[in-house]
Amino acid sequence: MNSETEDTPLFHKPLSRRKLLGGAATAAVVLVQTAVGKTVQAAIPEAAVITDDPTKKPGPLPSELGTRSVYEKPVRKPSDTSSRTPLQDLYGTITPADLHYERHHAGVPTIKPQDYELYIHGLVEKPMKFTLSDLKRFPAFSRICFLECSGNFRSNPAGKITPQEIAGLTSQSEWTGVLLSTLFREVGVKPNATWFLAEGSDAAVMTRSIPVKKGLLDGMIAYAQNGEAIRPEQGYPARLFLPGWEGNTSVKWLRRLEFSDAPFMTREETSKYTEPVKDGKIRQFSFDMDTRSIITFPAYPVQVEKGWIEIRGIAWSGRGKITKVEVSTDAGKTWQLARLQDPVLDKAHTYFRHLWQWNGAETEIRSRAVDETGYTQPTFNQLVAARGDNKGGYHFNPITTWLIQRDGQVLNKPDK
Amino acid sequence: MENLKFLKKIGLAWLVAGVLLLGASCVRTQPANQSTAISNVSAAPVPSPDSSEWPASFNFGKPATSQEIALLDIDVRPDGKGLPQGSGTVLAGKAIYAVKCAACHGKTGIEGPNNRLVSVTDSEIAGAESSKEKTIGNYWPYATTLFDYIRRAMPFNAPGSLTNEEVYALTAFLLNANKIIPPEAKMNAITLPKVVMPAQKLFVPDDRRGGSEVR
Repeated sequence: MNSETEDTPLFHKPLSRRKLLGGAATAAVVLVQTAVGKTVQAAIPEAAVITDDPTKKPGPLPSELGTRSVYEKPVRKPSDTSSRTPLQDLYGTITPADLHYERHHAGVPTIKPQDYELYIHGLVEKPMKFTLSDLKRFPAFSRICFLECSGNFRSNPAGKITPQEIAGLTSQSEWTGVLLSTLFREVGVKPNATWFLAEGSDAAVMTRSIPVKKGLLDGMIAYAQNGEAIRPEQGYPARLFLPGWEGNTSVKWLRRLEFSDAPFMTREETSKYTEPVKDGKIRQFSFDMDTRSIITFPAYPVQVEKGWIEIRGIAWSGRGKITKVEVSTDAGKTWQLARLQDPVLDKAHTYFRHLWQWNGAETEIRSRAVDETGYTQPTFNQLVAARGDNKGGYHFNPITTWLIQRDGQVLNKPDK
Repeated sequence: MENLKFLKKIGLAWLVAGVLLLGASCVRTQPANQSTAISNVSAAPVPSPDSSEWPASFNFGKPATSQEIALLDIDVRPDGKGLPQGSGTVLAGKAIYAVKCAACHGKTGIEGPNNRLVSVTDSEIAGAESSKEKTIGNYWPYATTLFDYIRRAMPFNAPGSLTNEEVYALTAFLLNANKIIPPEAKMNAITLPKVVMPAQKLFVPDDRRGGSEVR
């Protein structure tokens, strides 16, 4: 007989009252040690985890892989094309890697790390190929940065829309990898090379043209995220990462860099990631992400009570550091400085807080961020005035307004 | 010790080359038919750049042979560089489109359910103004992009399955459906880069520069 099926996981022995009452939903899958010392994977029924008195029953033993509390269920919100980070469920600036937003164009490829190769060629002295272990041998570099899809804006006429749905295509990680400048030197980029093509190995064979000077400034090839190997949805085993630039340029599952004296005009940078602006023109190579902020608490769907409320949110800029965030609690008539949580990093989500006493009257709260270039986050109407009525959805960073009703219900106030 | 000096020298040479390179990209003139403007990259210092003390080469990685590169090097540039041998006609493209593309893009490239490919109104066709409906006729600035994208990513459920002849034919069919080339036109490595797309004149480089202005 198979001994594994006979072994009883240690913590399964006592049956709680709830279990007897029939609560058998699976709460988690963990690695457990059996009575004979073998480690197996087991589903823990919710009833086995939830006890009436935790001081009267030993819990699960140390495990190989951690889990969230069964009471915490932050989830991404997937659509056909993307999956959005639950901004309202996060307390700080680092996005847990499994909640990092996803956007890809032909699914997530499965790439064996031992088969991975990055080719660098074109206008270079030495065309080279690098395995994943080659990339990891170079001096490594880490930085904490946000990554945002340039199509990160949604609205809803009824106002029943969460921070996740409005702006959940931004996330932040500590990215680790090798600086592009290090690799550029290794292959000897020729002086007439002004652009390079970054190409992925997904089923869309995604490509973008990138100016060489951005690569030299702060571009990197990342193979790790928040201390662990980068997740498949974020480009495992290696991706391009360009701080502060629209997410699409940070090509995932990178297989090739080709240097050239002109951009390649790929589909993504012509028919997709470009935006109609004034006078019938179409703006191209709009790489930098503009300054933005959003209040993530209080926000739809929460209901608040009269009294002290700490307003909280995130602010970021693709052009540098956030220098200040202002909060208005009277529909934009007056503005107060929010407190910024240290450290305030370059091209990074910055957490802000503002303490406020709500008197129970209907009002609107909003935040606006300023970056070190002096740019102030605009209103929806300012953006429309600047770009015309035919504006696209890309690089749209308006101030978000939350309406607090007398009953404490918080709704998004849609812009007209 | 001699070695170290040599490496430092190389590092310095590289730095000079890098500065020249930056200069070159700034003064680059813009060809009439091709937007090559480079976004205003912020002059903020790199948080922790790699060091000129590092060797010019770590000797990690291997030289890539031209045969290896040729297997991957599928991109096509607006000047036609990268276009393969072969050609295709509008008529041949029509037949391939019906079998491999119509289910997603509609019988005539208008109906969907996925991306609309063909312009219908006069203003769209003329590229007189950008429209909310992004089609090949009113929005794509380069004909070469069409070949490149179809070859690398289409059909969605079987990417990379088309022959170069089929890709040329589909490109010809879609350009004709958008009234950009006549029905008898053949597309190949010589003719495709010469096609001038109506929307090309609409494209302008990013004019946002940071600072207080909202653009």
